[in-house]
Formats: sequence, C-alpha cells, structure tokens
Amino acid sequence: MHNSNFDLSVEEISKIEGTAGMQVKVREGKVEDLKLSLSDYKRFYTQAIRGKPISGVPQLLARICGTCSNAHLLCSIQSVEKAIAILPSKQTKLIRRLITNGLMIRDHGLHLYVFSLPDVLGRDSILEFDESNELEHQLLHDTFTVKAAGNQLSIAFGGRSVHAPYPMIGGFTQFPQREEIEKSLKLLRKARPAAVRLVQVFSDCQFEFLDETTFVALKAGDYNFLEGDVAASSGEMIPESQLREHLEHTVIPYSQASGYKFKGSAYMVGALARINLSKDLLHPNTKRDAGQALEKFPSKNVFHNNLAQAIEVLHCIDESLELLENRKEFPPEAPLAAAQSDGIGVGVIEAPRGLLYHRLEIKDRKVVSAEIAVPTGQNQISMEKNLVGVVEGNLDKEKEQISFEIEKFVRAYDPCISCATHFLKIKWT
Amino acid sequence: MWKKAEGIRMTEEIQDLQKKLRIGWFSFTCCEDSTIMMTELMNDHFFEWKRLLDIRHAKVLKTKNNLDSLDVAFVEGAISSDAQAEKLKKIRSVSKKLVAIGSCAVTGFPSAQRNLFDQATKAEIQPILDRFRYADKVLKLDEVVPVDAVVPGCPMDTDIFLEVLNQMLTEFGIIPFRERNSLDVPGT
Repeated sequence: MHNSNFDLSVEEISKIEGTAGMQVKVREGKVEDLKLSLSDYKRFYTQAIRGKPISGVPQLLARICGTCSNAHLLCSIQSVEKAIAILPSKQTKLIRRLITNGLMIRDHGLHLYVFSLPDVLGRDSILEFDESNELEHQLLHDTFTVKAAGNQLSIAFGGRSVHAPYPMIGGFTQFPQREEIEKSLKLLRKARPAAVRLVQVFSDCQFEFLDETTFVALKAGDYNFLEGDVAASSGEMIPESQLREHLEHTVIPYSQASGYKFKGSAYMVGALARINLSKDLLHPNTKRDAGQALEKFPSKNVFHNNLAQAIEVLHCIDESLELLENRKEFPPEAPLAAAQSDGIGVGVIEAPRGLLYHRLEIKDRKVVSAEIAVPTGQNQISMEKNLVGVVEGNLDKEKEQISFEIEKFVRAYDPCISCATHFLKIKWT
Repeated sequence: MWKKAEGIRMTEEIQDLQKKLRIGWFSFTCCEDSTIMMTELMNDHFFEWKRLLDIRHAKVLKTKNNLDSLDVAFVEGAISSDAQAEKLKKIRSVSKKLVAIGSCAVTGFPSAQRNLFDQATKAEIQPILDRFRYADKVLKLDEVVPVDAVVPGCPMDTDIFLEVLNQMLTEFGIIPFRERNSLDVPGT
C-alpha cells in the first residue's frame, strides 16, 4: 500500500531510557512536518545545584540519569577537581577507568540485548525469546552473562552500578576487595565469548540508514573514555575546555530537552563516533576477534552504532581483563585535598551515549553556576532530521510497520531522555 | 460451562493465567535508576520471573503493552503534572496493589527539589512550567493515590524490592509459603 497522505503519532517510544514521542504529517508522499519530542518532565538540576557545597555535587548530579549515572558522577568529579586544582593519582585514574568499563559493558549490554536485539530477531521483547531456538536461547543467556559482568565490575570498584557510592572528589571512600576483583575476573572471562557472539550478531544485521554527518568524540593516545581532546570527523581537534564554544545551543519549542549543533550543523556522538575516530586504538585482542566487523568502520550507517557498542563491550572486557590480571592490589589512598576553593572547571568524558560536558563555577567551595550538555541533546537534531528520511523511505508500508521502523531507528541512537531533560535553557524565542 | 475438549484447553489456559502475578512497571518523573536495578536483578531472576510473572505493561521491556487488570503496579518517579496524576490514577484504578518504587516515588525527592526553590529561581523556571503545563508542586505518589507498599532508596533497595515482590507472590497465591522460603530472599 502506498501512503501519500497521513498523520502518524508515536506517543511513547518503547525500549529506550525515558519518554519520547514523535508526530509526523505526510502529504503527497513527502514529510510536511515531523516533530520528535523528548517529553520527560524536568527536574532542574542546574538550578538546584547552585549554592550547594561541592562535596555533595557529584552524588546529586549523578541523579540526572539512572542508567549512565556513573558517567555523570565521574564527569562532575572531573569538573570539580579541575576547578579546585586537584590532580588525581595514578591509581585513582585506573579505578575510574575500570568503573567506566563496567558502565559501558552494563549499559551497552542493556541497550543491545534488551532494547535492540528484539528488533534484530523480529520479537517484541526479550520476554518473547524462544528458548527452544538455539540462537535465541544462547543470546538470552548471554544477555545476563554480559550484563552481570559489567554490573560486578561496577560493584567491585564503585560500590554499585547505579549512583556508585565509592567515588569522591580527590579519590575514593572505599577500595576494591580481593574477592570482588576475583569475582569480576571470573565473570569477565565468562562474558568474553558472549561479547564475541554479540559483535557477530550486529555485524550480520542488515539494517541501514546512511547519514552524511559529522562524528564527534574524545580522542587520546589510547582508547579512552575519560581523557583526551575533542575530535571531529571533519578534522578539528578541540581542547575539552573549549568544547562549549563550538556547540550551538538550539531551543526546540515542542521538546523538553535542549538540542545542540556543532559548527552550525547536526552531528552525532556515541559509540559510532568513537569507533569511527579511534578504532585503531582498540585493545589488540578486540581487534583480533572483531576483525571483520571492524572493517565496516568508519561507517555512515546510523545502525552501526549498535555494532560499535558491541565492539566496545568486547574492548572493555579485554582491557579490564588485562588490567586486573596484572594488578590485584589497590591499597587505600587518602583523598587528595584541594589547592584552592574557587575556580571554573570543565569536565568532558565519553558517557555510553557520547560526549558529556559538565562546567561548574565554584566560589568558597560552593557552586555558583552549572552547565551540562548531554549526548542525547547533542544527537537530538540529527535524530529528528534523519527521521524524515526514515518515514519517506518506508511509505510503501502499513502504518504499524512505519511506527516500528521509526522506533527501531530511534533505538539505534540509544537515546536517554532522563539525561536530556535534566534542565532547560530558559529563554524562549 | 464449556465442551469437554475445549474445556481442557481453556482450563489449562486459565490455570496458566492464574499461576502468574499480573504486574506493570511504570515510570514518572525520575532518573529511572530503579528500572536499571530491576533489569540488573533480571541477571539472576529472569527465568524465575518469567515463570511467575505476567508482565502486562513495561515500556522499558516491550512495545505491546496492556493497561488492563493488574494484580500489582510497581511505580517509580514523582508526579510533575496533572496529566501524570491522571495517568497514575488510571493505573491505580486497574491495580489491586500499588507499590511505590525508589526515592522519588516514596518521598518526592530529588525530583521535587523545585518545590524548595526560592522566589527568584521559581520565577526563572516559570516559563517552562507554563509552557509544558507542570503542576505547581511535584508530588510523591501517596499524595495522589493510596500506596500499599514502599521500596525506598535512591536507587531502590533491591533486597526490600525482592521481599515486597515475594510478599505479593504469596498474597496472590502465586507461590506457596514454602516456595517463598526457598527463593533467594535475604533473611529467609
């Protein structure tokens, strides 16, 4: 059936973090109007944080997001430490790296197995996977093996996979116990073959939507989620403290979230951007076992964000295994004290969904002002723009199928609406 | 009643329905941290839950959801608007029990932090509240509907959640008391 005139509304896109909807108006075979609205209600963190003592800032800002809370935690610690001139120790950096690896394994695991894999297998939900089917049975068990490994790594080094209690400004409140490290190693080894299978599944997946866009991610001397400069596929390298000057804040009147443009255009952040820009820096064992899948990058296929996430799961397992096989002791260190009580600090890290920016202005160890830019806000304009193409490319299908294609496409970005609606710029035009 | 052959099949279907707890999982204004903790509990409990739970509504797990008669609604998040309050009342009206999940549902906070803003900050955010029809105050769940049980924590305390879930499974006759004891519940 060819649909040349219709209105379609997807009220609540399922299997994503938070609430987003989409309305489209098609006339004479063209999308006349399309609105993607991120519709979670705001909690006004950037207002609430003003005047608060810095010691409580990381744990409060972690509450912006449930799934990537540890990314907000580490990014706000980074911004506070830069503002008050604390240089974290080598061990602190290593533990933060392991917490981040745990986050990536667990968060990508949730997205790939629970949100996106049903699309690949033609099921509505992981609850419908057929255990008598060999592949579905295997992937169902892999789901919990991989997620459990990431969860355990986060527990061992952060105390919990959500709102981790151990990390603090200047160091940690508690340090990993030997038995927790051994348990992490055991689960990571068990998860590795599952991660290799996951790469294969998403490498074989034929979903395609090509986007000529700019990819933006942190880039360092190694495959690093916490340090580096901001690199763009168009060639720029920007020090992280200057990132905000290159982002153009864009008010989207019908969305509860802020959108951003990079140098005036839509752009994409996330695993696809990271692999496109830094695939040569992946762990050698990951390169060996994801070899053919890696040949697809650099890629302009938005659905390869899923494959890029799967490769990152494998990389984070490989890197964590190497780090923990070579180091079993993490002796307690006293948290480092601040050299100053005033300053402006910019923290930029790679959250699971992409570039995360926290800027804090601090005076007398209290917050004067805060600005936060999250990955989903940065991807919002790209998502909406490309949805026009998704709808127009599926006009020969029934409405229900078009709705499914829309949801499947949005899921490929792995949006997190809780993050995106944490605050809003106040000025409406 | 019904014909014999058909009757056997229908009886099995009814028994199949009767042996599962009909639940929904809903999120309002929050960071959905308890949803994440729930999906992490699935690492150890998925196959047991698949046997015992009929998950009728969980947007985080599936697209095809039914808001019909529920035994238990698990609700996380605070209530930011009249539209959310109406949706919560609808959920309450089709659920025999309603459990508040996590700090925002149980206490309102931190989602309710705007309730404590000074006048200047309130004036600053007012255009947003007006544009998207926010309520004047963010409410915890029991300020809108009766709540039967609570699982506090930010994120929710998973031990308490498992305890409440097993209480519900026992109360609705899904599992006998002895099986409840055999499940992985702290303190049993």
